[in-house]
Amino acid sequence: MASVERFFYDHYGLAESSLARYLEAALSEGGDYADLYFEHTTTSSILLDESLVKTATEGISMGCGIRVLSGEQTGYGYTDDLAPERILKAAKIAARIASGPAHVSSVGLSTIANTHDFYPVASPATERELTEKLELVLRADRAARAYDPRIKQVRVTFGDQIRHVLIAGSDGRVVTDFQPLARLGVFSIAKEGSKLQSGTSGGGGRVGLEFFQGDRSPEYFAGEAARQAIVQLEAREAPAGEMEVVLGPGWPGILLHEAVGHGLEADFNRKGISAFSGRIGQRVASELCTVIDDGTIPGRRGSLNVDDEGEPTQKTVLIENGILRGYLEDKLSAGILKTTRTGNGRRESYEHIPMPRMTNTYMLAGNDDPGEILRSVKHGLYAVSFGGGQVDITNGKFVFSASEAYLIEDGKVAAPVKGATLIGDGPTVLTRVTAVGNDLKLDPGIGTCGKDGQSVPVGVGIPTIKVSRLTVGGTSLGRLQSFQ
Amino acid sequence: MRLEQVAGELVDRAKIAGATAADVVVREADEFSTTLRMGKIESLKEAASKALGLRVLIGIRSATSYSSDFSERSLQRLLERTIAMAKVTSEDPASGLPERDQLGRYPGELNLFSSDVDLLSTEDRIQLARRAEEAALGADPRIQNSEGAGFEASQGTVAYANSLGFVGSYRASYCALSVSPIARQNGSMQRDYWYSVARRAAALETPEAVGRKAAQRVLRKLGARKVSTCQVPVVFDPETARSLLSHIFDAVRGDAIYRSASFLTGKLHQKIANDNVTILDDGLRSGGFGSRPFDGEGIPSSVTPVIEKGLLQNYLLNCYTARKLGLRTTGNASRGIAGPPGVGPKNFYLPPGPHSPEEIVRSVENGFYVTELIGFGVNTVTGDYSRGAGGMWVEKGKFAYPVEEVTIAGNLAEMLNHVEMVGSDLEFRSALAAPTLLISGLTVAGT
Repeated sequence: MASVERFFYDHYGLAESSLARYLEAALSEGGDYADLYFEHTTTSSILLDESLVKTATEGISMGCGIRVLSGEQTGYGYTDDLAPERILKAAKIAARIASGPAHVSSVGLSTIANTHDFYPVASPATERELTEKLELVLRADRAARAYDPRIKQVRVTFGDQIRHVLIAGSDGRVVTDFQPLARLGVFSIAKEGSKLQSGTSGGGGRVGLEFFQGDRSPEYFAGEAARQAIVQLEAREAPAGEMEVVLGPGWPGILLHEAVGHGLEADFNRKGISAFSGRIGQRVASELCTVIDDGTIPGRRGSLNVDDEGEPTQKTVLIENGILRGYLEDKLSAGILKTTRTGNGRRESYEHIPMPRMTNTYMLAGNDDPGEILRSVKHGLYAVSFGGGQVDITNGKFVFSASEAYLIEDGKVAAPVKGATLIGDGPTVLTRVTAVGNDLKLDPGIGTCGKDGQSVPVGVGIPTIKVSRLTVGGTSLGRLQSFQ
Repeated sequence: MRLEQVAGELVDRAKIAGATAADVVVREADEFSTTLRMGKIESLKEAASKALGLRVLIGIRSATSYSSDFSERSLQRLLERTIAMAKVTSEDPASGLPERDQLGRYPGELNLFSSDVDLLSTEDRIQLARRAEEAALGADPRIQNSEGAGFEASQGTVAYANSLGFVGSYRASYCALSVSPIARQNGSMQRDYWYSVARRAAALETPEAVGRKAAQRVLRKLGARKVSTCQVPVVFDPETARSLLSHIFDAVRGDAIYRSASFLTGKLHQKIANDNVTILDDGLRSGGFGSRPFDGEGIPSSVTPVIEKGLLQNYLLNCYTARKLGLRTTGNASRGIAGPPGVGPKNFYLPPGPHSPEEIVRSVENGFYVTELIGFGVNTVTGDYSRGAGGMWVEKGKFAYPVEEVTIAGNLAEMLNHVEMVGSDLEFRSALAAPTLLISGLTVAGT
């Protein structure tokens, strides 16, 4: 699309012929490589609360980040003003990381067309009328309230954005992309007597408004948020201690994101500070487990045509039949580790230095029937929905918090339990996976990952799996007896 | 001042364009950060940025917008789009600016800005980070690696104007020094960190002190193990106690209350905590990270008692949540660039109690001293609490061995009633602060 390639030239007065001059300024003190990241992001969001559209917000964030790499060092400057003198000033700030004469006197640039388009959205949500999006949130509100009279509060958000980027590197490559994103979220509160419980649901991706229908409709997500809150009214204390845990398919794939994904980001590994450092080729999971990071799945929240360093995204095998195969690389780490880039160099915005990040991380389906997996458990926990998670990449300890979980008793799904955090050890938890279902599912498109203060949209996915031993952080000591 | 003028002019234009009321916040900041690792500079970053946020009201409908582009063309378009949006949102009787007589500015000096931050040269800043890392690496032969050390500094101005005639601005500065050493023993690694933050460069701890503290923290984690599942008293060090304050804040904020999304809904003027628990929200502390002369709606800062000797005295409110609850604003409007005013803390803290931290640990026969909490297992609606934890096991009043890969769980409503001891070691390292706390009745889940 020519208009995407020419976005900054046609609308923001950026002169194509100046890009080389900015890069030359960035490399004027030496340095091995420089790049320019031009970004223009339009964001729109609406909030419905107490059945009122309380606010609508729209915003624009635009600027240019300039990076200089010199050995293992990074210099960075940015500006929210695209006037040539401001860009040159930012380039000179970035240049200070290097000290010496310039090795590069002139940069020749050519525009590289993207080889694929993983988000062919004809009409992005951000460009649609506000009234169409209001209709979606109002439908969700009605559906959640209609689900059960005990649903007392409903909050619905719809947020979307369009990001235009132009990335020019001193290797001569100029890449552009147009990245839409949309997300519907529903939060509900159920009340019975003095008992209050909440439920959340939502979905989205790099999609347009037409995505939100069928099993991704406002009614579906609203029903899920309401159902979860109602189920929780009956929840008893969660058990405390080690037990067999079955994870349902989809969003519980957050296990992979926390337990192994972060630990396999190349920056931690080149520094030798990850629990997975130096373990390529070793067994880190049972042979039932193959874990992939894939930025190329059409329409997914974590997908990108090119990463934020202009490198095409790809499908990267992290763990193959239990053996650790590779790390997630950005330009800097791949250069230092002398490996190849994997299209995982990402950043929150033009104000941020890129680093290795996940895209969509999932486990391939196995051969087990999900029903059989549950029937094979005498006493355990069945967790189907989760809130967030976190990991200490150095000692490998990770947590993720179940928001909908049930006891398993004699192979049957029994009473719901209150939310509880699950804690484990990244390098060993997957070695305890004793069954992998044939029901791989990706999450509905709600994930955001934070690292070093930078947030980026991501996806996860997993089939039903059984972990033979994981610590469940409930409060009930009494329950524990039946698990021993 | 220039930013006040930008804010005031945009408010005037909004009125001309058809808004019945409007307000504008403008921010401008200079930011610097550097990271070093193993003595070498890893990154050096510097930039100046600006942004503005606009809210317009048409009667009792409202909409907001923001932009980093202050050009005439962009502002005109922003204004038109925002007014168009405000015509399709719902009528909300609680919306609107404050009453005119509520507006004002705390007249005293809050010491939010110090020029000594900007006076530190880039080389000085790099040197501070370098010394902190050297101190950590030099502390013990088991520390041979580091995730790095960093120094950041920022200074900026916030201006606010509204169509009731309020215009004001203030400057603030900030600097932080941090280091994360890695220790290794018997093939397993641990990482920990320490940091110092201040509004004045002169108030930072010395880099050597920061490095040594980080080293002590990481060394004591070596050899950590799981423990058996049990119910024991838990001591929260000031860093983890502060996270408890953040959960209490989330439970007293007005938006959670009017939505019944807090376990403290309907509990105003009731006994919700043990007698030894008092929590204040103080907008006037000199140099405080949550101090400000006025809030995000132009309400002068003040001190709000939240919990006094266990009694819940106030929710924390902006004008919107105050109207929803039929109360008066407590000056807690927080205003980022995007969206309408939210509710944010001033300096939200639990004042020091009578016990030294050593005395608290000595009082524990068998329990858990928590220095680290991870994950998001806190439910403000129910108060249910379950988080990953690390720290030291305490036996007969002494640290016995380090602990990892366990969770602690309970319920915040019960935890507030089971605060057994309050430490004397309060230190402000952010807008939220608490001393060491001993809380009984929590479940530790391990093996």
